[in-house]
Amino acid sequence: MSLPDDYRFTRDHEWVSVDGDIATIGITAHAAEQLGDVVFVELPSVGTSFEKGDVFSVVESVKAAVDCYMPVSGEVTEINETLESAYEIMNEDPQGQGWIVRIRMTDTTEIDQLMTAKAYADYLSTVE
Amino acid sequence: MSNLKHTGLYEAHIRAGGKIVPFAGYELPVQYESIKVEHEAVRTTAGMFDVSHMGEIYFSGPDALENVQKLVTQNIEKIKPNRAVYSGMLYTNGTFVDDVLVYRISEDEFMLVVNAANLAKDYAWMKENLFGDCKCENRSDAITQIAIQGPKSKNIVQQLTNLNLDDLKYYRFRQHQIIGIDAIVSRTGYTGEHGYELYFNRTSSIKVWDALLEAGQSFGLKPAGLGCRDTLRLEAGMPLYGNDIDDQHTPLEAGLDWTVKMEKEDFNGKNALLQQQQKGLGRHLVGFELIDKGVPRHGYPIFSGSKNIGIVTSGTMSITLGKPIGMAYIRHGFEQLGTEFDVEIRNKHFRAKVIPMPFYSVTRTG
Repeated sequence: MSLPDDYRFTRDHEWVSVDGDIATIGITAHAAEQLGDVVFVELPSVGTSFEKGDVFSVVESVKAAVDCYMPVSGEVTEINETLESAYEIMNEDPQGQGWIVRIRMTDTTEIDQLMTAKAYADYLSTVE
Repeated sequence: MSNLKHTGLYEAHIRAGGKIVPFAGYELPVQYESIKVEHEAVRTTAGMFDVSHMGEIYFSGPDALENVQKLVTQNIEKIKPNRAVYSGMLYTNGTFVDDVLVYRISEDEFMLVVNAANLAKDYAWMKENLFGDCKCENRSDAITQIAIQGPKSKNIVQQLTNLNLDDLKYYRFRQHQIIGIDAIVSRTGYTGEHGYELYFNRTSSIKVWDALLEAGQSFGLKPAGLGCRDTLRLEAGMPLYGNDIDDQHTPLEAGLDWTVKMEKEDFNGKNALLQQQQKGLGRHLVGFELIDKGVPRHGYPIFSGSKNIGIVTSGTMSITLGKPIGMAYIRHGFEQLGTEFDVEIRNKHFRAKVIPMPFYSVTRTG
């Protein structure tokens, strides 16, 4: 699977794409593959503030419900409303159109603590 | 290393790209392509399942009928040869040892098909109860079972046998050859769809599987895994042992009264069930749908206001119906259709209401 070079990743298989102080967050192709067919995504409300490590969303597949943890701290500015009905984009394009939330980061330096694409690829090879 | 067993079709699963998981002591495919795709294949064309992990226990001899009669809740005396029946097998306290399919092979020979996870305890229970001139034999390891389910299943299976499947009604079976192999061809299944279950010698596993794959190619047949087996059976309102029925619940509580034949002179659990009937039931297994968006799952608690009134036993986002459905044990008084309650999911309450089961059904022809 391809991992965009400019994304950062967590050990819990979330990805982050940064544009200024706005971070777009989703789950990786690896996570989506492991979950199988997504049937429901519990989304947070716009305006909610999260600390790094908080559960901000729950992705449910036929098989399991999986918590998604905030890779960085911030306030939700946008949610992917497509996920309220077209869950399948989570499987079809998890690292693109299947993004979950956008947040305004409170501490942009937190990004530096996350894995690069290369580091995440190495990490995946250890968990598989 | 694990000591998990393989069915005679393990190589076929690997070849088909099956995602293998441990299940009831076996390594079996949970899915090949996707649970959703396989689920939809069974509802619209056909799916093929390896269910060889299921146990087959044979009873034979002059006292075979009396033995089976004592073990199960259905009245087997009334089941003619070449017919099968779904039944509870109970402890004397009325709770489930297992749920079983009883096949009457002949006047004095029966095959009981049991859940893989329960096979050891079932067989022990059967032998403990054994009396008179009757042989009880576990042939599970020698038998392969393939289920072909879906609207196109008849067209597919018919290509492998000269048995006229138009004459094979629901819950009937025949001993007949398929591609020259002795088999039991049974019009049964666990999906709520028109379908067949084939039982035959393990040595012919791959041969039959491949023949079905080939015959099914033009009909859109897909190999289907355990994942969709669960979502299909739930839509069809069929209970799963360990989830919806177990050794803590009776068939009356599970709404399986139709499988209990009180007119039988005696069977394990009869007295306990009679007492329960007199006392009245304290809880009931019901079907429900979630009105709020969410996914109910096994073990989630159920509330009426702040009062805990039950527990979800099975739940899923129904692939066919597009809405969240489930089964639950709820306290007496909340079982009427339309009754609303809350399912607690991650400390939040989601509104739900009691609806009839099965959630999904086909009109049966023949």
